[in-house]
Amino acid sequence: MSMTAHTAGKQVRPSQTPRTSSGALRRHRSAEIFAAWSLAGPALLLLVVLFFLPVFGVFAIALTDWEFGASSLSFVGLANFREVFADEGFRISLINTILYVVIVVPGTIALGLAIALLIESGKSFRAFYRAIHFLPFMATLTAMAIAWEALLHPTIGLINQTLAGLGLPTANWLRDENTVLPVLAGIGIWQNLGYAMVLFLAGLKSIPQDLYDAADIDGADAWLDRLRTVTLPMLGPVTMFIFIVVALKAFETFDTVQVLTQGGPGHASEMLLYTLYRESFEYLRTGYGASVAVVFLFIVVALTLIQARVMDKRVHYQ
Amino acid sequence: MSTQHVAPPSAILRHAVLLITGALILIPFVWMVSLSIKPPGEIFRASFSFWPAQFYGVENYNKALTSSPLPRYMLNGLFVCATILSLQVAVCAPAAYALAKLNFPGRNLLFALVLIALLLPHEVLALPLFILGYKVGILNTYAALIFPYVVSPFGIFLFRQFFKTIPDDVVHAAKLDGFSELAIVWRIMVPMALPAIIAFGIFSVVSHWNSLFWPLIAVRDQDLMPPPLGIMAFKNEEAGNDYGPLMAATTVVVLPLIIAFLLAQRWFVEGLTSGATK
Amino acid sequence: MAGITIEKIEKTFGATTVLRDVSLDIADGEFLTLLGPSGCGKSTLLRILAGLEVQTGGSVAIGDRVVDGVRPKLRDVAMVFQSYALYPHMTVQENMSVPLRMRRLSNWQRLPLIGRFLPGSKAVAAEIENEVMRTAKALGIGHLLGRKPGQLSGGQRQRVAVGRAMVRQAAVFLMDEPLSNLDAKLRVQMRAEIKELHKRLGVTFVYVTHDQSEAMTMSDRVAVMLDGELLQVAPPQEIYADPDDRRVAEFIGSPKINILDAKMHENGLASMAGTAFAVRAPIARGSSLSIGIRPEAFHLVDSHGVNILTGAVRLVEHMGSDLFVHLDVPGGDHPVVARLLAERAPQISSGQTLHLGVKPERLLLFAADGKRIRPHGQLGATVVRMKERLQ
Repeated sequence: MSMTAHTAGKQVRPSQTPRTSSGALRRHRSAEIFAAWSLAGPALLLLVVLFFLPVFGVFAIALTDWEFGASSLSFVGLANFREVFADEGFRISLINTILYVVIVVPGTIALGLAIALLIESGKSFRAFYRAIHFLPFMATLTAMAIAWEALLHPTIGLINQTLAGLGLPTANWLRDENTVLPVLAGIGIWQNLGYAMVLFLAGLKSIPQDLYDAADIDGADAWLDRLRTVTLPMLGPVTMFIFIVVALKAFETFDTVQVLTQGGPGHASEMLLYTLYRESFEYLRTGYGASVAVVFLFIVVALTLIQARVMDKRVHYQ
Repeated sequence: MSTQHVAPPSAILRHAVLLITGALILIPFVWMVSLSIKPPGEIFRASFSFWPAQFYGVENYNKALTSSPLPRYMLNGLFVCATILSLQVAVCAPAAYALAKLNFPGRNLLFALVLIALLLPHEVLALPLFILGYKVGILNTYAALIFPYVVSPFGIFLFRQFFKTIPDDVVHAAKLDGFSELAIVWRIMVPMALPAIIAFGIFSVVSHWNSLFWPLIAVRDQDLMPPPLGIMAFKNEEAGNDYGPLMAATTVVVLPLIIAFLLAQRWFVEGLTSGATK
Repeated sequence: MAGITIEKIEKTFGATTVLRDVSLDIADGEFLTLLGPSGCGKSTLLRILAGLEVQTGGSVAIGDRVVDGVRPKLRDVAMVFQSYALYPHMTVQENMSVPLRMRRLSNWQRLPLIGRFLPGSKAVAAEIENEVMRTAKALGIGHLLGRKPGQLSGGQRQRVAVGRAMVRQAAVFLMDEPLSNLDAKLRVQMRAEIKELHKRLGVTFVYVTHDQSEAMTMSDRVAVMLDGELLQVAPPQEIYADPDDRRVAEFIGSPKINILDAKMHENGLASMAGTAFAVRAPIARGSSLSIGIRPEAFHLVDSHGVNILTGAVRLVEHMGSDLFVHLDVPGGDHPVVARLLAERAPQISSGQTLHLGVKPERLLLFAADGKRIRPHGQLGATVVRMKERLQ
């Protein structure tokens, strides 16, 4: 592709005659190379300074006992990682994060899919319903977390008021270690389901009408049979994709923890990114924080690579 | 198609279910607005009413805007988002053009670097970037809020994909007309790739307007805080007691994006889902 | 076994009318082709037969049963789609099993995992597997049963689509441009195979295409459709040689038929392109008509005269055994195209003046509204058939 583009480019250059010397050709070529690097140079430099050096930095720091502000440091090998994995607090944080992901991902996918199917099953008010359900995804989460806090307030919150009004037991949702994680997960689902819905809607649009016609002729014309024969299998790839993307977003949850619980009560809502933040920037345990960052990086990269594989598969699916 | 035709009862059911789920989704927004127009007495009295008996909106919003630097937070957010976006486009578009349309040694390597950078979650980089900011001496300035985002691997990737769909002949014709490579980027490619630029712009602005993690690390000074950080500070100061003004402040912070979203729904959906890879 | 009766079908989408008063009888076991350019409504008509689309007016009967409002599943029709519409996530075996499973297994028996343990489902599943295997072998795709559609070539997918339609043993086979996604060579081969299949199954085939060579080679009868109207239904040769309508004459045949404007004079003579033609038809003096002449109806003659077109050669195309000669004639907007045998027409070059004769019986006369005017004493083939039926 690039080869042909390049030769085509040469043919139309006005300066070039059939008898152009190879010197002129070379000058042309080096001019293009120079132009390319001067265009891409700033981006490359910034990528190195802002992405690649920091990543190496994180790994390097993770292998030292350095603490921010300290004047000396020494190489400690994997000691930080040993400490991280031996640490009860980190293990709780990791388990909490995984629990959170395990609630948020299926919840988001199930609700997003159900709402997408409902929206797509009729023609009227599609844009309206889509907009409403998508709203939380783009609203500032820090601000909405504060609104959620008001909703969840033990005495004046709408939720407890409603429960009390119905004669049901109430709870101090964000201060009870049994409820805090599910509540945060609920907010996570609330925030992400619109996103899943939009991706499902796109997936539904791309299912060829012919397949539904074929299903009709073949006798799979009941709602459930159409769903099972055509809709769900055809949504398989997009579902895998949403699965990974939502899992990534769930792993990166920070705002709600920071605003609503600060990891509490106890460590009941401590999650990876919050641990990373607190160890690195509040306790200034730099080496430890860097190790947490490395662990976090491995999880995210693994998920992203799975996503890339899935996307590859999706291309071959057709 | 006839087979997709929904009979009236199921159509009613569809609307009923979607209206209920939609209402549930909207509750936090509605409650937020409702509290922002209630006087303290009504807030602390258990009640379901959305509309207050005594309209206290003016007082609450007035207090939100005057007793805290809320306008300042908003301007900070605007300034930071605009600067980040302009710098991102300025840096990414030329690089994307080189990757898409020019042939040079190292091109594949550069593109591989972009893809690897795309993999890296920004939070992992925060610690070294914090140290970098500290060494350069720009922590607690606007520059600290901006510099990690000056280059966007996602932007380069997205623009490159779009530029590749523009025929080479357009580039050749521009060269015949005497455009320089840089002029081709700004006068030909960027205008032709406007949809991608807009989608990226929405993605960038929404994510930086909403971002809390990095600002929390980068600035301490109230005068520099972008809205999410500012509203958190506001909440901590007021100790969560003065719900009316706090909810007024959150409403003010959330409102600009929601209005923009309602005005340009399709662009927002496209922009934010195009970011699925990031 | 079932014929199809289509009566006064109308179909509108909003303000646009797609089908206008279409009536058609298709005999049991017939191979009927709906032929027309894209957008003429032929696919819509097929989808109405299948039950995928609901007509605005009129009625369809399959066999003796009126099927208006009957779900596709219950119409006893099988269909092959242009895109094949194979389920991409299923193997060939599973694709071909769907129509049988949906009919023979109950809702419970079709449940994943549990279903196969329910009473009776095992026997039915085995029976289905056998039938699918038999059909696949008959189509030469027995070795592909384990593959998914994505791993098949275009021709193989086409066969699977046919197989899925075949296992049902439906009384009517509907095919919507089934060959249009294949390359030219494969298309010719599949044409023969489908014809073969029709002979073997002996059921009614309704075949939609825009490709006249498919229609001409495969069908018992061709129904030509234009702008939502059925113009003529007849065997292929008759559609070509004896069109009822100018639009049919123009649509069928390649190179296209030559249509020339003519004016009627006395003595059964019509003037056209600077020459006189003997026309034996009841046409009033002074009225205008158009005359169609197929390119191969011309033969070379030496001099000008009645029933002879004279003009200057604009272009000669050598096609091997044939020559296509483009001739500029007086008063014509387009050159007249004649197809001559190469050995009979040596040394024609452009610029040269040429005389081309036409036998009177090869002139096709059309009135101003496009309807065919038949010569005295000659009845349209359709009319002849109707008379025969009456007697």
